[in-house]
Amino acid sequence: MNETTLVSLSLFILFAPLAGFLFTVLSGKKLKSAYLFEIFTISLVLISSITVLFVKLAYYTDKSIVSEIGWIDLGIVPVLGKIAIELGVMIDNISAIMLFVVALISALVHYYSIEYMKGDKRYNRYFAYLGIFTFSMMGIVLTHNILMMYIFWELVGLSSYLLIGFWYEKKSASDAAKKAFIVNRIGDLGMFAGILIIFITYHTFTFSKIFESIAAGVLPFNSEFWLSMTGILLFCGAIGKSAQFPLHVWLPDAMEGPTPVSALIHAATMVAAGVYLVTRIFVMLTGDAMLFIAIIGALSAFIPATIALTQTDIKKVLAYSTISQLGYMIMALGVGAYAFGFFHLVTHAFFKAGLFLGSGSVIHSMHHEQDIMKMGGLKKKMPVTYWTFLIFSLAISGIPLSSGFLSKDGILASALSFGSLTGYYIFAVTGFLVALLTAFYMFRLLILTFHGEPKDHHKYEHAHESPLLMIAPLVTLAILSFFAFYTMNPFDAQKGWVLSKWVTTPASVVPESARYPFMVQSGEVNHAEIHGNITHSVQYTEAMHSAHYPAMFISLFVAILGIFIAYMFYSKKKIDTDKLAGSLGPVYKFSLNKWYFDEFYQAVFVNGTIGLTLVLNWFDKYIVDGIVNGSAALTRMFSSISGFFDTYVVDGLVNFTAYFSGFVGIILRKFQTGKVQTYLILTVFSVLIIVLMYVNYL
Amino acid sequence: MNLYDIIFYLFAAVTLVSATFVVFTKNVIYAAYNLLLTLFGIAGLYILLGADFIGIVQLIIYVGGILILLLFGVMLTNKITDVQIKTGVLQVIPASVAVGMLAGILILIMTNMSWRDFGLSTPDKTIGGLGTLLMNEYIIIFELLGMLLLIALIGAANIARK
Amino acid sequence: MSNIGLNHFLIISSILFSLGIFGVVTRKNAVMVLMGIELILNAANINFVAFSAFGNFPLKGQMMALFVIVLAAAEAAIALAIVLNIYKNFNNVNVDEIDNLRE
Repeated sequence: MNETTLVSLSLFILFAPLAGFLFTVLSGKKLKSAYLFEIFTISLVLISSITVLFVKLAYYTDKSIVSEIGWIDLGIVPVLGKIAIELGVMIDNISAIMLFVVALISALVHYYSIEYMKGDKRYNRYFAYLGIFTFSMMGIVLTHNILMMYIFWELVGLSSYLLIGFWYEKKSASDAAKKAFIVNRIGDLGMFAGILIIFITYHTFTFSKIFESIAAGVLPFNSEFWLSMTGILLFCGAIGKSAQFPLHVWLPDAMEGPTPVSALIHAATMVAAGVYLVTRIFVMLTGDAMLFIAIIGALSAFIPATIALTQTDIKKVLAYSTISQLGYMIMALGVGAYAFGFFHLVTHAFFKAGLFLGSGSVIHSMHHEQDIMKMGGLKKKMPVTYWTFLIFSLAISGIPLSSGFLSKDGILASALSFGSLTGYYIFAVTGFLVALLTAFYMFRLLILTFHGEPKDHHKYEHAHESPLLMIAPLVTLAILSFFAFYTMNPFDAQKGWVLSKWVTTPASVVPESARYPFMVQSGEVNHAEIHGNITHSVQYTEAMHSAHYPAMFISLFVAILGIFIAYMFYSKKKIDTDKLAGSLGPVYKFSLNKWYFDEFYQAVFVNGTIGLTLVLNWFDKYIVDGIVNGSAALTRMFSSISGFFDTYVVDGLVNFTAYFSGFVGIILRKFQTGKVQTYLILTVFSVLIIVLMYVNYL
Repeated sequence: MNLYDIIFYLFAAVTLVSATFVVFTKNVIYAAYNLLLTLFGIAGLYILLGADFIGIVQLIIYVGGILILLLFGVMLTNKITDVQIKTGVLQVIPASVAVGMLAGILILIMTNMSWRDFGLSTPDKTIGGLGTLLMNEYIIIFELLGMLLLIALIGAANIARK
Repeated sequence: MSNIGLNHFLIISSILFSLGIFGVVTRKNAVMVLMGIELILNAANINFVAFSAFGNFPLKGQMMALFVIVLAAAEAAIALAIVLNIYKNFNNVNVDEIDNLRE
């Protein structure tokens, strides 16, 4: 299979879901089984993406395949120089892997939804929306320039909006959809500004050309500060899309959408697009920008983890957990652990999608009951769901043999080595703390849902294992949550094929003065020990080496500690949770109310905007209108003065002229008899006068 | 005071007195006949100035042509039955003032101006000289005048016919 | 030698001219107006002939007088035609009543 075929296949992957969307949305009302076409196309997409993945990784491991066509060519534009905008696809290793992840989870969610959404009145439209989402997401993954990425970025925002508000009859759902859209918009504004800076600086949108220019020393506004700012502005898009602090508030509300959608969009793929964006622009991030990203990531990892401790809605817990894990990835990228950040994205996509689908299975069998306090004892009723859920929980908690352990351990080790290299140990501390919290709340969720006595006996009686189409995706994802797919050594991901061959940290293009000392440029590769193709300096590799085992043991310890605490709290009931909540009153409330973010935003931004509007309204009404009215009154006054002047002075003059003319006319009329002879006499007089003057002259 | 002077004053008196009558008489027919006398006097003055041909032409054309034409005009525009072929006067006082001043000033200027005066010189052959001049120096004007007369005749006939 | 000089003729022509003007201005009858005009023309003619006789260029002045007589004939013809026309339109030839020029 040659490169052209690969490109064609990737284009098929891109456009097949669009075709599915168009067909399903157009014929959905007439044709009851239109959704089957969408199922069919997504299956083809899955098969194609697996093909692309294997071919790319097996035969073109170190090559990124780019195919582009000219879209807009303005030629040489005055002032700006040459402007040509290309459309194109780029298949490198991470996009091939992302293609597979998106296609797989999308396909599983499609199959799962056949059962889950059964009986919905907009059944076909649901699948159409899934189709356009898949199309948009594939676009983000495949594109080779930031403009197309931005376009698809907005398209996933749109499909997310459509799917969150799928049950738009519910006010909460339509509100949540609007909230998601608007909050995303704030981040996208920053991203758009970043794109504009890039375009006016480099006159191109293509990633590779931008990076070449930066490596050649061309900086926005000729300053490293603005290079950092550009990176941060682009990252703003990721903040919005990946629900990072402080724009994380939309994601928990987005759980109003159907649960498979939450699994697909709000756990595995779309929210990971932000992380993907950061991996794409990773090479142009300066040290300052990376520090900013790491701080945002750490905050986003920590804050939602504390919130998740007290939530009782099964999906909300998972949503906060998602934000927390995304924060992990962002933090990993911020501390320079490109490979581990991306690796965690992949592993997290699988187990978090699995968790959501599992929760969907529970919700489905409990007749749309989402409160974990009303569940319990479901282990016996739903064994497959329980066991897969357990595997996912172990994976997210970072227990050895799971995929989550590999990626999480890598991130923690990177954070630790980053601390040893720069002194910022805070990221490592945050990482371990979050790992502890994650293990705790995940097992709290698991125990409350599946163990113990059922609290709602009526619903419990009716609970049943989900049908095969819902079980199969769970099992698939559970299998993919084991280490064996990524590495042979369950304790060290770096030796595995994913990280040693496929996902390697690219060389930074940022000028040396603006980047961390441990990041190296491709030209200086001889200074670095090439360890598993990860291009870092010697110090970094050594730091990673020494951080590996401590990180592993600490993370293992905190994970087990978290699980143990959860076990003591909720299974053994050694500690009365209500009493603890009571004694920790304010802290508990703080967490339960999600750190009052929504209230804060409501008070500051929404009410602030309303207040500002009122002030502006007042300003409009009294100052602007006052000025307008005042000027009107002034004009009127002037015009009345001018009118007075007109009437009495100008008209007076005019009338006077008229009267005067009339008067003169009355006199002159006497001479104007119409008789030729009168004129003749006057002529004689005139001639006489002239002659007299002539005589005088003589 | 020789004969020439006497004849001059005679003709001048005839001219001015009859002209005064022309102007002041109320009867149009009288005016016409007085105009005849005036023109006759003027013809005499021409002859005194050595312009015998002009004098003859004056008599022939004015007396024989124009005056008869004017009489025709009088006849055609006044009802024949109306015995009083008279005319009124207009604005006599302003006209008198104006004309009086005009006459005074004209005479003043004429007499006080230092003209190029070489004394009276009369040509030997008036008719021959005029004929030579007409056919040589003034040939274009002569032709133009012929055309003018023709046009005037046609025009007059045309206007009167309407 | 005669006492009669250029000035005598000029005075006569001036008086004739003034009389002609007076006639043109005061007479009601259009034919009388024409007679005034003839007087004016003759006054001019006297000047022409007198100046030529005393100015030592006798024939040219006479030639001019001849032209004036011809013009006078043409003028008289046209003027009488106009007078006849006026009479047809207004049924009289009183110049003061023909004051359409006022309008």
